[in-house]
Amino acid sequence: MTRSLTMDRPDDRNRLDAMAQGVIGQPLDRPDGPAKVTGTARYAAEYQIAGCVEGVLVTATISKGDVTAIDEASVLSMPGVIAVISDERMTARAAQGGAGEAPVQQVRQVQYYGQPIAVVVAETFEQARDAAKHLKVTYRADDAAITDPHSAAAPTETYDEPIEQGDLAQAMAQAAHAVDVTYTTEGHNSAAMEPHASIAQWDGQMLTLHASLQMLAYNQKELADSLDLQPEQVRLVSPYVGGGFGSKLGISPEGVAAAVAAMQLNRPVRVVMLRQQVFQCVMRRSETVQRLRLAADAEGRLTGFGHEARVSNLPEEEFAEPVTQASEFLYPGENRRLAIELARVNLMTAGSVRAPGEAVGMQVLESAMDELANAMGLDPVELRLRNIPDRHPSEGIPYSSRKLAECLKAGADRFGWNGADRRPAQRREGEWWIGTGMANACRVHNINEAQASVTLMADGTAIVASDMTDIGTGTYAILGQIAGEMLGLDPTDVLVQLGDTDLPPGSGSGGSWGAASTGSAVFEACEAIREHLAERLGTTEAELTLKDGFATAGNRRVALPELLAGAEVERTGHFKPGEITEAFAAAMYGAFFAEVAVNAYTGEVRVRRFTGAFSMGRVLNAKTATSQCMGGMVWGIGSALTEGLTFDPRDGHIVNPDLAEYHIPVNLDVPHLDVVLVDERDPAGSPLQAKGVGELGICGAAGAINNAIHHACGVRVRSFPMTPDKLLAELPDP
Amino acid sequence: MRPFQYMRPEGLDHAGQLLRDGARPIAGGTNLLDLMKLEVEAPDRLVDINRLPLGGIAPTDDGGVRIGALVTNSACAADLQIRRDYPVLARAILAGATFQLRNMATTGGNLCQRTRCYYFTNIDQPCNKRQPGSGCGAIGGHNRIHAILGASDACIATYPGDMAVALAALHADVEIERPDGTSRTVPVRTFHRLPGDTPDLDNVLEAGEVITAVILPPPAGGTQLYRKVRDRSSYAFALVSVAAVVRMDGDTIGSAALAFGGLAHKPWHDPRVEQLLAGQRPSDALFHQAADLLLEDAEGQGENDFKIPLTRRTLLASLREATGGAA
Ligand SMILES: Cc1cc2nc3c(=O)[nH]c(=O)nc-3n(C[C@H](O)[C@H](O)[C@H](O)COP(=O)(O)OP(=O)(O)OC[C@H]3O[C@@H](n4cnc5c(N)ncnc54)[C@H](O)[C@@H]3O)c2cc1C
Ligand code: SF4
Repeated sequence: MTRSLTMDRPDDRNRLDAMAQGVIGQPLDRPDGPAKVTGTARYAAEYQIAGCVEGVLVTATISKGDVTAIDEASVLSMPGVIAVISDERMTARAAQGGAGEAPVQQVRQVQYYGQPIAVVVAETFEQARDAAKHLKVTYRADDAAITDPHSAAAPTETYDEPIEQGDLAQAMAQAAHAVDVTYTTEGHNSAAMEPHASIAQWDGQMLTLHASLQMLAYNQKELADSLDLQPEQVRLVSPYVGGGFGSKLGISPEGVAAAVAAMQLNRPVRVVMLRQQVFQCVMRRSETVQRLRLAADAEGRLTGFGHEARVSNLPEEEFAEPVTQASEFLYPGENRRLAIELARVNLMTAGSVRAPGEAVGMQVLESAMDELANAMGLDPVELRLRNIPDRHPSEGIPYSSRKLAECLKAGADRFGWNGADRRPAQRREGEWWIGTGMANACRVHNINEAQASVTLMADGTAIVASDMTDIGTGTYAILGQIAGEMLGLDPTDVLVQLGDTDLPPGSGSGGSWGAASTGSAVFEACEAIREHLAERLGTTEAELTLKDGFATAGNRRVALPELLAGAEVERTGHFKPGEITEAFAAAMYGAFFAEVAVNAYTGEVRVRRFTGAFSMGRVLNAKTATSQCMGGMVWGIGSALTEGLTFDPRDGHIVNPDLAEYHIPVNLDVPHLDVVLVDERDPAGSPLQAKGVGELGICGAAGAINNAIHHACGVRVRSFPMTPDKLLAELPDP
Repeated sequence: MRPFQYMRPEGLDHAGQLLRDGARPIAGGTNLLDLMKLEVEAPDRLVDINRLPLGGIAPTDDGGVRIGALVTNSACAADLQIRRDYPVLARAILAGATFQLRNMATTGGNLCQRTRCYYFTNIDQPCNKRQPGSGCGAIGGHNRIHAILGASDACIATYPGDMAVALAALHADVEIERPDGTSRTVPVRTFHRLPGDTPDLDNVLEAGEVITAVILPPPAGGTQLYRKVRDRSSYAFALVSVAAVVRMDGDTIGSAALAFGGLAHKPWHDPRVEQLLAGQRPSDALFHQAADLLLEDAEGQGENDFKIPLTRRTLLASLREATGGAA
């Protein structure tokens, strides 16, 4: 039996608070932890399947043109080589998140350097890799490739409808204080630890793919569409995912290639991407150029707000890094212009990477806000507090619960913020300039359709099942806690099964929507089970108390197995976003406070202290939520200081396609991260009163570091990442 | 990775024979294996030298120290005598790579590690070092990490290591065994080459030669420091590094041995700079003069222009620190 909820209105009932078990929100360990740290959790490439052979993708070495010939004979005689496959069903790009249909498939029409064009299959991985490197491919190169996203020759289009309100230019001219600044950010790679990997196995017309993916219900359709199959013919198995960060939202080329090869060879085929391929042919975050125009009155209240960006993507891709997403509603200013220009280039697909939009949009916006605060001589915290609008500045709709001011205060207290003296270059310790900076955090709240089943077994334990994925975030833990709370069970008595399309279709993980969406489906199913139990007990659901495996109503207390009398109860919850998404501006908020040291000689930056106070609606598990925030702040350090994809200007290949040269922060770059969770319930967020948390910790983080660098040494770097060379030019003589 | 034959020799003679026949030594494998996976290196035979008697850190007759070629970076940096008498060496090693890598990396392998030039490690790109005559991808491409001194039209790569920079400042020697069983020693300062027209040759090792040890002269004393400027706090190669061994003689600089990483195809040193500093009173003016001289012929490629001021500033910091903070 399925119980559906289309969320049109806030759920003010706060049901979870009324439950008795007391496990929701608790900082419980994740149940999948021991399997992961002992190496028994099996990831996509680790399944041992008899007769499995190994495929390695062959990728293009031109940036645009056609493959005119593939000389299979050049490798077929090499030891162990079984086949060279370049099939029209193979995919040239990864699918965008939520696409639900095949991505671009013409593998022989090259649109970017590194595009998959074939797969070589051999007995061993080493043989396949060697053959892939040796395969002779003839191209007809098209000289019109555009590999510089800033090139004037790149065709551009306006993405979406720009927001135009009032007269920004006039507001700027009349402002008591104004800043008009342009920042740039480089492309990013998701840099998940587990490379993209798939094992395909056919059983007649049925395909099973062990893969590393974030959104199975969609990926099933994408894979089926690529292969011209019905979705029912495809089963995806992905119980553990070694990080996705957007790069595994859509089906990626190795999965389709494995399926095609396995069909053609009639044996299981595993395809694991080389690390260089993970960089070169999955997804990048677009580089951005962002112009911020902020006009303020004498008190610092924004009267004009402009955020215009240029980003890039391949032809035919609909995605444009939505850098203005939070700018639409975070700050006031009746004169507005928000616009994104999309340049078409021959560089690998741009798509969702770690908080698409706000990650790089907020860091730039928050740096510009700091410039405004400095121009006014105002405490930047105070500037933020003065700019919390009453209504959505363009749409006029109300905000759902918004604890921004509380976060600012809680974070400032915890950090020991002193905003009185923001003059730069005042504090020196030895050869280091010391400074502090802050920024707002903001990330839109997303919800997605999701189903999950909950079965209360006759023995009084429960099973939660959904094709939802746990990409390392703690989904196994929180779904067990939701069911445990609702059904009065210790979470260790709740088995959570995920990552298999044979289970009800969940929301998938991405855009920080997983917990609130699939969690709500679990919640719905549990409410239905509670109704059933109440009926059995001869009471109403509202009168029913479930705790420690007992059902209580009035003075009757019955153990669940007794109440169930040998029968199990299964209910499916089906959660759908409804009118609620249009009725409120719903988002997660927070505030970052950073202290940095800048080396006066070399421009090297070290983050010494980093505090983040965040509000995300109800916290489902304080430990996993805190870890998510920390992870986001680590990304923020990377975005601020070290991470940037570097493309060769001539052919668009990535010159730093591995973890030695693409610098994600290492332990020594990350100080103790201090996370404060601000208590909140957001009835408009979900029936759980929860919102998302996964990406919040990056959204603005790098801005706080930028602002701290400026405070430390007086250098305003308007180009991320802020590597030493960029500080050097303006650093005072040591 | 191409198929290759793996051989574990029985003793030095056998190893010598295999190497004479053109086989390639492998020690920690932390550099060679990576490059083999990328097919930047494709030796058809590997001689695993790990079980040969090339380990140990021992005093030499003249009061120096002999570090066997197979001594790991971790062991060398942790050795009490090295830490006491040659602190610049321990510091340089610890500034490199990661714990895990240093546990595997050997003294000999570290000296022979190859450039991190992005085009060298990508076999689909032109590179005169990897494939003589194919051109240099880095010129006109991305060259932020490339050389500002001693480069040629054929190659602008840098030697990426840290340990060798300290060894150059310490005036260490490399002990090499020839295929015929005789040995020779080469100063670290001349072990690595400039690229010239033959960038495929990183150093002066000839076919069949193997490094057996690094010999340190008697302790130089003085103040020793290693400064490494990099893009992240750890696990990143030097943008610029300075190894300094400075002895003060009262108020004046008795001697200053300096070597630089990240600037050239070899650990860079400039005897003129060392001469300029010797016998002088430390002052910022003097240090800037030293930087002027050091960087007289420095030439950036665009992206790496910043290395010129960065070198000056890092030298200034090092000399101030080593001489007691002149201003
Ligand atoms: C991600 C990463 C980061 C790193 N960061 C740094 C860093 O910051 N600083 C730094 O200095 N280094 C760094 N390294 C490099 C590391 O120090 C070297 O890989 C290591 O020192 C090589 O030693 P090995 O014993 O593993 O050499 P191998 O890989 O075994 O061999 C390297 C080369 O030396 C040759 N060789 C080995 N032994 C001998 C011998 N006795 N005689 C003649 N030839 C020999 C081999 O044939 C081969 O050509 C890093 C490496 C990696 C992978
Ligand atoms: S700089 Fe040297 S190593 Fe790099 S591409 Fe040019 S020739 Fe090759």
